[in-house]
Amino acid sequence: MRPRRVVVILKRIALYATAGFFTLLSIFPFYWMLVTAFKEDNDLYVAGTVRDHIPWIFNEPPTLEHYQYLLGDTAYLVWVRNTLLVGAAVVVITLLLAVPAGYALARLTGRIPPTLLFIPFSRVVSVLGLQNSLWALVLVYPTFTIPFCTWLLMGFFRSIPRDIEEQAMIDGYSRLAAIRIVVLPLAMSGVLTAAFFSFALVMQDFVYALTFISSVGKMTVSLGIPVALFRDVFNWGAMMAAALITSVPIAIVYNLFIDRFIAGLTTGAVKG
Amino acid sequence: MALPEQAPAAARPAPLALRRATLADREGALGRLLMAPAFLYVILLVGIPFVLAILLSFSGARSGSLAFSWVGLYHFATIIRDDQFQRTLVNTLIFTVVSQILVMILATTAANVLEAAFVGKRAVRMVLLLPWAVPVSLATMAWAWIFDSTFSVINWTLRAGGLMKGWIYWLGDTELAMAAIIIIHVWRMFPFATVVLLAGLTAIPTEIREAAVIDGASFWRRLFQVNLPLLLPVVAVAVLFGVVFTSTDLSVVYLLTRGGPYNSTHVLSSLAFQRGILGGDLGQGAAIALFLLPALVLVAIGLLRLARRSEVGG
Repeated sequence: MRPRRVVVILKRIALYATAGFFTLLSIFPFYWMLVTAFKEDNDLYVAGTVRDHIPWIFNEPPTLEHYQYLLGDTAYLVWVRNTLLVGAAVVVITLLLAVPAGYALARLTGRIPPTLLFIPFSRVVSVLGLQNSLWALVLVYPTFTIPFCTWLLMGFFRSIPRDIEEQAMIDGYSRLAAIRIVVLPLAMSGVLTAAFFSFALVMQDFVYALTFISSVGKMTVSLGIPVALFRDVFNWGAMMAAALITSVPIAIVYNLFIDRFIAGLTTGAVKG
Repeated sequence: MALPEQAPAAARPAPLALRRATLADREGALGRLLMAPAFLYVILLVGIPFVLAILLSFSGARSGSLAFSWVGLYHFATIIRDDQFQRTLVNTLIFTVVSQILVMILATTAANVLEAAFVGKRAVRMVLLLPWAVPVSLATMAWAWIFDSTFSVINWTLRAGGLMKGWIYWLGDTELAMAAIIIIHVWRMFPFATVVLLAGLTAIPTEIREAAVIDGASFWRRLFQVNLPLLLPVVAVAVLFGVVFTSTDLSVVYLLTRGGPYNSTHVLSSLAFQRGILGGDLGQGAAIALFLLPALVLVAIGLLRLARRSEVGG
């Protein structure tokens, strides 16, 4: 073999090795969730010092008992319902406010992160009498979804050529009509992306839910699972079962939207 | 308002020249009108709490009572002398800087890999996004189980591989707990940085790169003198988001270590939560959280500058 060919082969090997490394790094905790969620307790709780019990595989047949417990004996389904309710309300509020603002090509404030504001918000929420109420979350989440989605939508609206709108206006439509008939349908994929990411941001939040919500029946998934699933004893099987079943749907939808999301986010940073 | 009467006419072609110019046709006014609801919402619910945060930090406010007494710089004077707070400030800095450096190294590598053509690329990209998509509190619980003091799979593997004899208490030792926190932040943030960098790489005109190859530039020269300079604005987006998400995150520290062992791994947000919400000292909590402000102002300025670039560059 000529040296050049050896180099090419070595490069391919390095490429696949690196790709493999990143895949393993990303997937390892999810694999661990999967294995834990379906393992029998006596297969699960074997100290790591026991050398001949391999934790990476099922040493006993997989079991559904953790899922039965999660769905039957915990508040998990209530948390899912709460998350969906809050998420839907936040998506509606965000779109109603961010679509016009995004169109007006506005840059609002930079995204002010929750950490700076959760303490004053706790005061605002208590003045409004919203402690331990899902309404507190519905009120507060749009404070970060609106600036974020306005930014995102601004990118989408900008990618629609001005001429199309102007043509409609020359044809006699008012600007508002032109927006509704021409621009909005073209921006539909952007609006869907903004809707999904509002919902995803709601699911990501931990700090506001932790600050405002105290009773188990009012929690969202990202608060309830980590803080209220364990009761008297640790139950890592049910914990990982919950983490897995909650993450998988959102991760799948994420993949559908990520390219449009990045395109909207980096408008301006990526020069065409 | 002229808006409502204009709306129905829009459904069919409007008769030419019969229509009066309405408010909606004046671009400046329409722009302000469309902006107003979002702007008001954010001003009311971000601006006011923000002012409240500053006021609280100068007050003796405690949760449970609505009294508001002025204490001046008392909280700031107290926390600056507080060893625990100093440690927390340094921790926040370490977690943010170290994880961002690691994230950028990993993301640059991953983006370059994903740019090449290979079998299974789509699948790899999908898997790579998982850490970023999963709610951070749930991912932290998975890692808490991975770092478990009795059942840690990492420890089992290290021992089975003959790499270690004893036992590592990941969350029982300050340095290891800090390493664990950084691992989670890096694991969670690098996919996002990768995808952003990848978008930037793909946007670099191929002629420029081909020219560099034809001129005989080596891989490293192409990376540092062609790709990275062109990527700088995109790198800035990734770093800005990374800094915001890492420096302000509460869930990783709160759920993984609760600031332990011995309050050695607290970050500003978890300490503010512990003192302000759990401890009820809203004033001090607000003062602690305000220390995040300088970093966030820098980030905001950075984003605004990027935004301005995009306006000029179109």
